[in-house]
Amino acid sequence: MLYLQILANGLVLGGLYSCIAAGFSLVWGVLNVINILHGSFIVLGGYLAFFGYVKLGIHPFASILIAAPLFFALGYALQRGLINRMIAAPVLLTLTLTFGLDLMLSNAMLAAFTADFRKLLLDPPLGILALGPVVLPVDRLVAMLLALALTGLLYLTLSRSRIGRAIVAVRMDREAAALMGVNVKNVYAITFGLGALMAGASGPLLAMIFPISPLTGPVYLGKAFVICVLGGLGSVPGAMIGGLALGVVESFGALWFGPEHATTLSFVLLIVILLVRPEGLLGRKGYS
Amino acid sequence: MKRDALIAVVLFALVALVPFSGEAYWLRLGTTMLMYGVIAMSWNFIGGMAGYPSFAVAAFFGLGAYTGAVAQKFGLPMGLAWTCAGLAALAFAALLGVALLRLRGHYFAIASLVVAEVLRELVNSATELTGGGMGLNLPIPTMTSIDAQAAFFFYAMLGLVAITFAAMLLTTYSKLGFGLRCIQQNESAADMLGVDTTFYKVSAFMLSGVFVGMAGAVYASWVHYIEPPDVFDVLFSVKAIVMVLLGGAGSVFGPLFGAALFLSLEELVWRKFLEVHTGVLGLLIVLLVMFLPKGLLSLSNRLPWARKTR
Repeated sequence: MLYLQILANGLVLGGLYSCIAAGFSLVWGVLNVINILHGSFIVLGGYLAFFGYVKLGIHPFASILIAAPLFFALGYALQRGLINRMIAAPVLLTLTLTFGLDLMLSNAMLAAFTADFRKLLLDPPLGILALGPVVLPVDRLVAMLLALALTGLLYLTLSRSRIGRAIVAVRMDREAAALMGVNVKNVYAITFGLGALMAGASGPLLAMIFPISPLTGPVYLGKAFVICVLGGLGSVPGAMIGGLALGVVESFGALWFGPEHATTLSFVLLIVILLVRPEGLLGRKGYS
Repeated sequence: MKRDALIAVVLFALVALVPFSGEAYWLRLGTTMLMYGVIAMSWNFIGGMAGYPSFAVAAFFGLGAYTGAVAQKFGLPMGLAWTCAGLAALAFAALLGVALLRLRGHYFAIASLVVAEVLRELVNSATELTGGGMGLNLPIPTMTSIDAQAAFFFYAMLGLVAITFAAMLLTTYSKLGFGLRCIQQNESAADMLGVDTTFYKVSAFMLSGVFVGMAGAVYASWVHYIEPPDVFDVLFSVKAIVMVLLGGAGSVFGPLFGAALFLSLEELVWRKFLEVHTGVLGLLIVLLVMFLPKGLLSLSNRLPWARKTR
């Protein structure tokens, strides 16, 4: 019975992880840029929800609607203004560039919000849901469902909409896409914007479970990376499977080895996957 | 090569005069600068020569610091403890290299970035051996005066810089350096033409680990107290890259020049911005990457007098 509960916890966590990783994977796959800022975007989204709720009384789930356009604009501008100039540079330079930007953003957050851990507490709380032997807090459950819905929305955008198909085309073959009349620079900026949107929107959801602090950014970044490797780079279903898998592995790992070894466990998993199945569990070419 | 070696000897001899100034401030600054020099030159082996974006510097530094500290805790003399730290970093780099160096680009970069986090977590939980989050105190060296201690650690770091520089110079002009440059330009082609890429890459990775490990141990002895977030700081990895980028990757004097410049910036600029310390570092990185991706020394090639000598 304990195992059922742990499995349920893992799936809830995993749903949120999918949402974190989908945007990161999209940017990495299409732009070939590792966006170190991703973790800080998530934290910033969390702060938006926290202060929106505490100061203005906006429900955290509703603040996603505010976070989404804001973060899209931020990501779009950042890509258009800065990162597009470096897109063809070696990996080391693009990586160092986003690292520098991340240092600036996380330092700004540290100065503005201090390193204190803040916890978003709903008043009144949403209560718990008992499904036989499994007990789940409703706020977490809703957060997970919203996270999965957001990820599904990204999937639909990429597979159904015109701009989504353009993004997939650029990922498959940049030159050919350009020849077919796709504005590659614009597609890059929109892709980065979508990545930022996914990060910013998952911030409020994660704030329902984890405390918010500028120091947690790198943790989310590491998880996004592990999930991309697990699920295979550049597919939304891959990020979803990878996220759920990591969530389940982490909650069983916490049971067997203790929660303080979470990073070590992910790293071992990462190395094993990279050595045994480098293309990931669902890896293949093309962003679907 | 002889010219470079000669310049270096003169340079190091001049630097060795610093303790005679009698200023504790300059001595402390100089020791930090030499440590940065070791870190930057070490990163150059894997990052500058082989072109692999390694973020493992922090892992080697922390590993060395803790190996040295624990060895000293068990009563080993300082010099032996430092050697142990170097060997531990060397062995760890060999093992890690065999696993990680199959990866390329982003995969390698991030995997090497996570290593420091993993080590930090392990050290944090091994409380009995390492003191965990409480940190670890080291025995105070048995030297007569504080000034003598400061000078001692300055010369220890200078010696380490000299060794690292010699290793880098020898590598640059040897078959290993040639092979590494081939790997940087086109690894598949190098592999096809008979360069044993795995062996070369692992060798470069080991060279990039051993001196950093020793520097970590010297640092631990120097400051008497270490704790996990201090010595496994990811910023060590980032600073190494920034210093090499500042000075120019792949050149012989570039990393040292970059280290000196970086420390000057750190002292002159950041002391005034304690609150936004890392933010200013971030801004520096962004500007550097956007406008001077080949390093400051590349600027000198544009000057008219520099062209005439070529």
